[in-house]
Amino acid sequence: MKSITAALLIALLSFSLGLYLPWWTVAVAGGLVALILNLRPVAAFMAGFMAVFVLWGGLALLRSSSNDHILAKRMAAFILKNDNPWMLILLTALIGGLVTGLGALTGSFLRNWQNATRQRL
Amino acid sequence: MRIIKFLVSLLATAGVIYLFHTRSVLPAPLGKLLSPQEGIWQNAEAVNTSYSDEFRFPQLGGKVDVYLDERLVPHVFAEKENDAYFVQGYLHARFRLWQMEFQTFAAAGRLSEILGARAISYDRHQRRMGMVYGAEQMQKAMEADPMVKAGVDAYSAGVNAYINSVQQAELPVEYKLLGYQPEKWTNFKTALFIKAMTNDLAGFDRDFECTEILEALGEEKFRMLFPEVPDSLSPIIPKGTAFTSSAQPRAMPASADSLYFHRTAASGIDNEFKPDPANGSNNWALSGTRTRSGSPILCNDPHLRLSLPAIWFEMQLHTPAFNAYGVSFPGIPGIVIGFNDHIAFGFTNSGRDVRDYYEITFKDERRREYLFEGSWRPATLRVETIRVKDSADFLDTVAYTLHGPVMYDRARNHEMQPAKAYALRWVAHDEANVMKMWYLLNRAKNYSDYLTAIKYFNVPGQNMIFASKSGDIALWQQASFPLRWKDQGLFLMPGDDSSYLWNGFIPQADNPHILNPAEGFIGSANQRPVDSTYPYFIPGSYDVYRGIILNRRLASMENAGPAEMKALQNDNYNVFAEYARPILLRYVVEAKLDAKEKEYLTMVKNWNLYNNADEKATTCFVNWWDSLQAVVFADDLFSRPRPLIRPDRFVMLEALLRDSAWLFVDDTRTPEKETLYDMVTRALKKASVELKARESDGRLAWGAYKNTTIYHLLRTGAIPFARGGINNGGGTHVLNATTHDHGPSWRMVVHLTKETEAYVVYPGGQSGNPGSRYYDNFIDTWAKGEYYRAWIMKPAENADSRVKWRITFKP
Repeated sequence: MKSITAALLIALLSFSLGLYLPWWTVAVAGGLVALILNLRPVAAFMAGFMAVFVLWGGLALLRSSSNDHILAKRMAAFILKNDNPWMLILLTALIGGLVTGLGALTGSFLRNWQNATRQRL
Repeated sequence: MRIIKFLVSLLATAGVIYLFHTRSVLPAPLGKLLSPQEGIWQNAEAVNTSYSDEFRFPQLGGKVDVYLDERLVPHVFAEKENDAYFVQGYLHARFRLWQMEFQTFAAAGRLSEILGARAISYDRHQRRMGMVYGAEQMQKAMEADPMVKAGVDAYSAGVNAYINSVQQAELPVEYKLLGYQPEKWTNFKTALFIKAMTNDLAGFDRDFECTEILEALGEEKFRMLFPEVPDSLSPIIPKGTAFTSSAQPRAMPASADSLYFHRTAASGIDNEFKPDPANGSNNWALSGTRTRSGSPILCNDPHLRLSLPAIWFEMQLHTPAFNAYGVSFPGIPGIVIGFNDHIAFGFTNSGRDVRDYYEITFKDERRREYLFEGSWRPATLRVETIRVKDSADFLDTVAYTLHGPVMYDRARNHEMQPAKAYALRWVAHDEANVMKMWYLLNRAKNYSDYLTAIKYFNVPGQNMIFASKSGDIALWQQASFPLRWKDQGLFLMPGDDSSYLWNGFIPQADNPHILNPAEGFIGSANQRPVDSTYPYFIPGSYDVYRGIILNRRLASMENAGPAEMKALQNDNYNVFAEYARPILLRYVVEAKLDAKEKEYLTMVKNWNLYNNADEKATTCFVNWWDSLQAVVFADDLFSRPRPLIRPDRFVMLEALLRDSAWLFVDDTRTPEKETLYDMVTRALKKASVELKARESDGRLAWGAYKNTTIYHLLRTGAIPFARGGINNGGGTHVLNATTHDHGPSWRMVVHLTKETEAYVVYPGGQSGNPGSRYYDNFIDTWAKGEYYRAWIMKPAENADSRVKWRITFKP
C-alpha cells in the first residue's frame, strides 16, 4: 500500500518538477519521496521505477498516438536504427524508470543511514 | 556500511544521469532527448493540432489577421504595410526557425559552432570567399534606404518576437539533437541569406581548372573543349535581334600572350565546396495571342538542391499597398517568386560568370603588402575568428586586396609558394540593395514598375520573366555583368597589372532583354541568352538542351491554358538523347556485343526518348553516353595525377556530329588508332557492367535507378528526416529537371485572367518540423506532376470554409 502511495507521489512530483526543471529531477522526486516515506531499498527502487516508467511511457504514448507516430518513427530510426515507435516509447519509459528508481534507492539508503546514525546517538 | 550503500547508490544515480544527459558516453543525451516534458516528444505535433492563436506585440502599428488554409499556407492581412513583414518574420520563425538559422550560419562560415571541428575547412572557405564581407556591404546598402530598412527591421523584429517567446520544449527538434540554442535574428542575417543564394547561383567558377587545361593541352585543344557558343544554341533572345553596344571593354593587354594565355596554375587548389552547376531553372511567358483566354500565362520552376525543410515557404501578403502571393525564403521579407493583382514574376539563373581570380605577389609571408603597378600596396588584414564546438577558436587571417579577399594562399593551402596568393574579384562583394528589387516587384503594377525594380539587382545574374494583366510579357537578363575583353577571366589573371581589371560593367540597358516579341512567347532555361552577334564577351556555365526543347514546345503552343503549362513543366522528353542517340546507334558494332549488351542496345533503339519513371532505356542511354565520355576523355583528361575537368556535355556531342574522327576520339595511350566505332562499342560494354548490376537488383527502370531523394539539410547526418525512393521521371537536360537529389523546387503556373488563376506545388511542406504532418505532405503531389490551386484570398472571405485556423496579431 505504502509503495503504491509512494509511486503516485513520485509520479506527481516528477511531473510537477518537470514543468519547470530539467528532466533528471525525476531522480530527486524519487529520492525525496523514498526519504520521507522511509521506504525499504527494494520497494523504493520499484516504486520510483514504476512511477516514472508509467509517467514517461504514458506521456510519450499520448503524444505519439495523437501524432500518428510520425515523429516516433523518424526518431526511432535515428536512435534505434529501426522505425518502430513502440520501441522508442519503451526506451523512454525505461530511462525514466531507471533514473527515478536509482534516485529513490538513494533516498532510501540515505534514510537508512540517518536512522542508524540516530539510533547510535 | 550504510553510508557506503548510500554513497554507491548516489554515485550510480549521478552516473546514469551523466550517461543520459551528456554526449560523453552515448552519441546523444538520451534522457534529455526522450524526456516527454522537454525532449523530442514535445515536437510530436498532434495531427489535429490547432494553429489558431492570438498575440499582442507593441511593435505593431495595427491589426494583422492571418488565415491558415488546409495546406498551412498563411494568408496575411495587415492594416499597415510593415506589419505584414513583422508577421512574415514571426511565421517564418514559427515554422522554419532552425533552417533559417542553420542556412545563415552556413553562409557566415559558422558551422563549426554547431558541428565542431569537421566544419572548419568549410567555414574558412566561406569566410575567405568574402561571404561575411559581402553581406556587410549589402546590409549597408539595405539600411541606407529608409523604405527597405523599415521593412527589413520589421521582419527581423518579427523573427525575434518568436525567438523571445519560444519555450525550450518547443524548440525545433534539430536544436535538441545538435544541442544548441537559437540566437537573436538581425538584418545582417537576412543579408547573409541572400549571399547564400547568390553563392548557390553565381558562385560557380572553373578558372583554376581551365588554367590547368590550358597549361596541359594548349590553347587549341582548350578552345575545342570549351567553345564559346554551341552550334545547337536556341537562345533566350531570338536570333536576329539587334543589340546595342554603348561601352567598350579595355583592350586585351599586350602582355596577354605571355602572362595570360601561357599561365601556370598553382597545383593542388581544389574547391570542394563548389555550388552545384545544375542549379538552374525554367521560366516562360505566353502572350494572350497563344492562350485560349487571351490573357498571358507566366510559369516558373527553379531547380535547386531539394531539401527538407524545403527552401520555400508559400504565403500571401495583403496590405493596403500590395497583395502578393507566391513563395518566400525563410530568412528574408517579401514574396520572392509569385504574383500580385497586376503582374507575375519569376527567375531562372543566368549562369553568367561574375567572378575571377587574380594572382597576388606579396612582399613576404606576412602578407601585409602586395605588388600592384610596380609598387607595394598595403593589404587590409581581416582576422576571422571561427568558434569551434568543444574546441579552441580557429583564427584565420584573410588579406583583402583591391581585387577582393585572398581565397588561396599558403595559410590555406600548404602546397603554395610562400609569397603567392589568389584573390577573388566577385560582384557579390559590391555594395548593392538587391532587397529593393523584391520590395518593388511585390508592389509593381506594370512593365515600367518592373523595369525600375530590377535595376537594383546586381547579382546573381537572373533571367527575370514578367507578365502583366495588361497583356505585356518581358524578360531581362539582369545583374551587373563584368565588362571584359574577349577571353578575359577564363583563366587566372596577373594581379599586379591594371590592364587586367574589368572595365566596370556592361551598361544595364545593353543587358539581353525582350518585350512582347512577335512570336508571342519568351522562354529561358539557363541557356546562353544570346547568339554570337551579342557585342560583349559573356562566359558562363550554360545548359543547351532545355532551351532547345522549351523554345520548340512554346513555338507550337496554340490556344494554351494552364493544363498545357503544367504538362510542359513535367515534360520528360530528352532532347539531348534525340541528338546523341543517332551517334550511338550508328557507330556501335553489334557483332562485338554479347547477348545482354545487345538487349540494352535494343532498348535504346526502341526508346521513345522520354525519361519516364518506368523506362529502362533511359538508364541504358544515360550510362552508355557517360561511358562514352569516360572512354573518349580517359587519355587526355582523366589519366593524370590530377585529373582535368570534363567539358560541358554538348561539346563532345556537337564535335562528333560534325566529325566522327574528332581529335579526342583516339586513345593516345595505345599504338593503334581507335575509331568512333571502337569507342562507342567499348562504352556500351563498360556501361553494361553497371546496367547488369542494376538489373539484377531490380533497379534498371529510370525512376528506381535515379531514386529521387529529398534529403534533410543535414544530408546524410539525418537520413530518417529525408524522403527517399520517390519514383518519378525527369533528368538532366530535360524540362522536368528532377535528378537524384536536385530539381524543380517550386512549380508555378499563373494565368493572368481578371481573377488570377494560379497552380503551385513544391516538394516539401509548410512546416519544418519532422514531427508534423505538414513536413512533407506536398511531396507525393509534386512527384505525380500535380498541383494545388492557389487560393488568392480576399479580405471578405474570412469566414470561408477554406480557413482552417486564424492567428490574430494586435499592437
